Amino acid sequence: MLSLLWLIPAIPFASAAVLALFGSRLSRRAAGCLGAGSIGISALVAILAAVEFLVSTPPGNATTQHLWTWMSVGGFRPGLGLYFDPVALVMVLVVTFVGFLIHLYSVEYMRDDDGFSRFFAYMNLFVAAMLTLVLANNLLLLYLGWEGVGLCSFLLIGFWYRDPANVRAANKAFLVTRIGDTAMAIGLFLIATQLGTLDIQEAMHRATAQWSAGSAIAIATAALLLGGAVGKSAQLPLQTWLPDAMAGPTPTSALIHAATMVTAGVYLIARTSALFTLAPPVQFAVALIGATTMLLSAFSAMAQRDLKRVLAYSTMSQIGYMFLALGLGAWSAAIFHLMTHAFFKALLFLAAGVVIQAMHHDQDMFHMGGLRFELPVAFWSFVIGGSALAGLPLITAGFFSKDLILWQAWAGPNGNGWFWIIGLFGAALTSFYTYRMILLVFFGPEKEDLAYKPGPVAAIPLVVLCVFSIIGGYVDTPPDFGGVPALSNFLNSILPPLNEVHIGPITEVITAICASAAFAIGLAFAYLIYGPWRARTAAPREDLLLRLWYSGFGFDKLYEILFVTPFQFVARRSSSDVIDHIYTGIAKLADLGSRGLRHAQNGRVRWYATGVAAGFIVLFAVALLGSLILWG
Amino acid sequence: MILVCLILLPLTGGIASLLAARWHRDASRWIAMAAVGIDLLLTVVLWSSAPQSRWLYECNQDWIPQFGIRFHLAVDGLSLILLALTFFLGLMSVLASWTEIQDRIGFFHFNLLWVLAGITGVFLSLDLFLFYLFWELMLVPMYFLIGIWGHERRIYAAIKFFLFTQLSGLLMLAAIITLAILHQRSSGVLSFDYDSLMNTPLSSGMARLLMLGFFAAFAVKLPAVPVHTWLPDAHTEAPTAGSVVLAGLLLKTGAYGLIRFVLPFFPTSSHELAPVMMTLGVVGVLYGAFMALTQPDLKRLVAYTSVSHMGFVLIGIFAGNDIALTGAFMTMISHGISTGALFILAGALQHRMHTRQIARMGGLWETMPALSGAGVFFVMASVGLPGLGDFIGEFLVLFGAYRASVPLTAIATLGIIAATLYGLKVTSQVFQGPNRHNWRLHDLFAREWVIIGSMMACLLWLGLYPQSFIRMFQTSTTASQTIASASISPDGASSR
Repeated sequence: MLSLLWLIPAIPFASAAVLALFGSRLSRRAAGCLGAGSIGISALVAILAAVEFLVSTPPGNATTQHLWTWMSVGGFRPGLGLYFDPVALVMVLVVTFVGFLIHLYSVEYMRDDDGFSRFFAYMNLFVAAMLTLVLANNLLLLYLGWEGVGLCSFLLIGFWYRDPANVRAANKAFLVTRIGDTAMAIGLFLIATQLGTLDIQEAMHRATAQWSAGSAIAIATAALLLGGAVGKSAQLPLQTWLPDAMAGPTPTSALIHAATMVTAGVYLIARTSALFTLAPPVQFAVALIGATTMLLSAFSAMAQRDLKRVLAYSTMSQIGYMFLALGLGAWSAAIFHLMTHAFFKALLFLAAGVVIQAMHHDQDMFHMGGLRFELPVAFWSFVIGGSALAGLPLITAGFFSKDLILWQAWAGPNGNGWFWIIGLFGAALTSFYTYRMILLVFFGPEKEDLAYKPGPVAAIPLVVLCVFSIIGGYVDTPPDFGGVPALSNFLNSILPPLNEVHIGPITEVITAICASAAFAIGLAFAYLIYGPWRARTAAPREDLLLRLWYSGFGFDKLYEILFVTPFQFVARRSSSDVIDHIYTGIAKLADLGSRGLRHAQNGRVRWYATGVAAGFIVLFAVALLGSLILWG
Repeated sequence: MILVCLILLPLTGGIASLLAARWHRDASRWIAMAAVGIDLLLTVVLWSSAPQSRWLYECNQDWIPQFGIRFHLAVDGLSLILLALTFFLGLMSVLASWTEIQDRIGFFHFNLLWVLAGITGVFLSLDLFLFYLFWELMLVPMYFLIGIWGHERRIYAAIKFFLFTQLSGLLMLAAIITLAILHQRSSGVLSFDYDSLMNTPLSSGMARLLMLGFFAAFAVKLPAVPVHTWLPDAHTEAPTAGSVVLAGLLLKTGAYGLIRFVLPFFPTSSHELAPVMMTLGVVGVLYGAFMALTQPDLKRLVAYTSVSHMGFVLIGIFAGNDIALTGAFMTMISHGISTGALFILAGALQHRMHTRQIARMGGLWETMPALSGAGVFFVMASVGLPGLGDFIGEFLVLFGAYRASVPLTAIATLGIIAATLYGLKVTSQVFQGPNRHNWRLHDLFAREWVIIGSMMACLLWLGLYPQSFIRMFQTSTTASQTIASASISPDGASSR
């Protein structure tokens, strides 16, 4: 199956092309089968490839499939090739498997939409681009997938294009991520020029061999790549697009937040871990960005009213954890959290889609309540997914992955107490906003007249994801609890393992206990403030801090003042070409001259005689002056 | 002989369609299509059977021996692909004008075919006198195309186009004659031949002067900022076919001239002036993109994107290494197709809506999903989405330019963001949003499907397997000579 690796991205690509070209002629049934089925087959191929990889691991723990030489100019010859190693394997499985479930769910979710086949065309293209990204063996092909993901997010966020707000959100996502991409592009030029290759493995080898740790070139390169990563993964300072990206259909959000797109930045940094290791300041910046984004978005999530915005901020926050892990050198922990996050975040979004449909597309949590009886599947999905997000100890997947990050934030060579405490504090906040959300939506006074109850096609993906949100954590359990860190061991064959150096007062067990305490504190506060017995004010208290949190710390406003407004000001005043004024000026001058001279030709002999005389005098004067100067 | 045929076919086809129009309305369309189609086929045949030699095919005859002027045509990889582009876009233009042009059909196709013949001649001539002749031949029919079949301000645009091109062309003529005379002084033979003139010994001041003479003509055609202002007017006012030929082909003659003549004739001056030229290119990239963003007129917007893209070409040509030059070449080809397609779509919209104002559009996806989807595709190609042709060109240009100048490259890379902005403006204000004006328009016709589909396929081909073009380009002699003579970085491309 490893020789058929190319099929994994090719099938969704082909299906996207068919849907885009002939979608309007396909029946809904056929379009749905094609759209979801293609990802399903792709997932199947991926699983078979993974099994083969595990059973007979190829030498060097990786296999490369060269498809064709993309271009060959002056010794620069990036190929179109795929690279399959443990990291790619985990990513491909997550993308195809979670992607398939989301597609399946979409068949029901989008059943009445008149853009049904267009939707699946975009979704398939999205998954295909993401698969290209994670399978690419060189940075240029990765960049192709990277930009393809950006394009698809743009198309999907603006899927309901009739509403200008959606279009604005789509534009914002595309533009903001592309700002990061530009930095990344310059990074690619730098790598290709300095190292002479864009092949990822080869470039990493050469970087390690040629660049010394902390050298300026390594720092610059890593910083430029980080620019791309923060754009795609919605981290500070390019995080502002993600909350607005809610404008797309809910399965799109699930895809963006769980399986594709935002994880791309995490993947990129993990992929180029050797480079980031050579640039300690940048790596520290990764941790700092991650920790800051994690905290800020957790605060923001606590103040939101819109169900999907809570989830959006929680994504930023969880990606922040992954960045924190990457920055601390806990590479495999980041990938582990990426995987568990994909399960429970997809679950939460899909369940949110059920709730939102039932609520007649009202997304305000304060309008909801008591839905646990009417929507049991969504309720249990939220409980399980939410508990995984909040890190319910020992049962849910999220606990294990977050705990690993927290432990390594302390124990790792770059770790320290601050990151550990911030991480724990963030965990408490996470638990608080998660249960606030669940309490608001599913408890309290009951709502009647629901518009929708999920059918089996939508329910099956929810149930499957529930299962994975629980068992997904058991692939990597801490040895201190008598567990087996299977995933870490698997990934560490590629990613540099983290040496635990800080063996101090805090052990892994203590970390786990503290994390559990943080979870409990968050839960308790949520229950105290938003418990079923509390009266719900339609508008929660509006003080300055809450408003700040609600607006995502005012970054939108800031960027608007700093960039958007001045730019629009200049743009509005310059639709005529300044340079053209030079030429129209010359033309006007010529015109003016001709008008002036035209007056001279008026047919009066006196005028002409005067002209002749004046000309003679001028000539004479010139001759006189000239001779004076020359011979005088 | 086949090269002469390539020029004669559109010339005679033009006359035939002029005459045939009296007989039947559509006859001249079919004749034009046949003439260009056969030329395209011939080019493909040449391409597939190209031998490995300096000039793939050559035709060298005495013409005016008193002045050493020869009828010297030759084709290499560079010109062959540009010829293929010429006839491909020519075919698309004929198809795109099928319903748009209803007035003086015969004369229209006469002009269209004669422009194509002029362009073909420009790409083939290796005698500088002959080259100048064809250079002028492109001008007059294009003037008529804009002036007769154009839109509201067509006369203004046509005259502006004529003045800019003619004046700069005269500078080139002066440079050509001076070069020939200097060559006669040093060698005793009067010749306008490419190979003879190439090795004329020149003082550095004279070389620089002559280079600027050539550069004037090519920079106007390219166009480089600040001599670009004829372009928005001409492109906007021209009929669809005119815009396609202008953007897709006439601009390429400027870039072609730089690659074919300026670099090999004046390697040292090119090298010395490279920073200036690259700066002009960077300014063009950003200025063009910014101006595109501010235009209320769809065709004008697309016209300014050409200024931006041609800025990349200018950077690539003067960056002084093989990678950037190849990138410039790829941008030429891809831009010809993607921008040509955008002009065809803009023309199709204008034909249906009788307006080019973006403010009057919006929400067209609702009523024309296929056309809108195609629009988004070509806009994305134009903003450099990987997988499509333009990306390869821009990437290689920037990558190559990075070796020549890091700061200039970094600034030019900002063009990606600027391009994103204008791309988003088109998609969000034309195709997306609410259908405020309640347009009910016919989606793509079968004929338009053919045009759009083949252009999409070309862009995908250029983006996913550009090697077939790059390989052809690399056989052309100019490429290797340029590298040998004008390489900026001693450790540059060729050593890697």
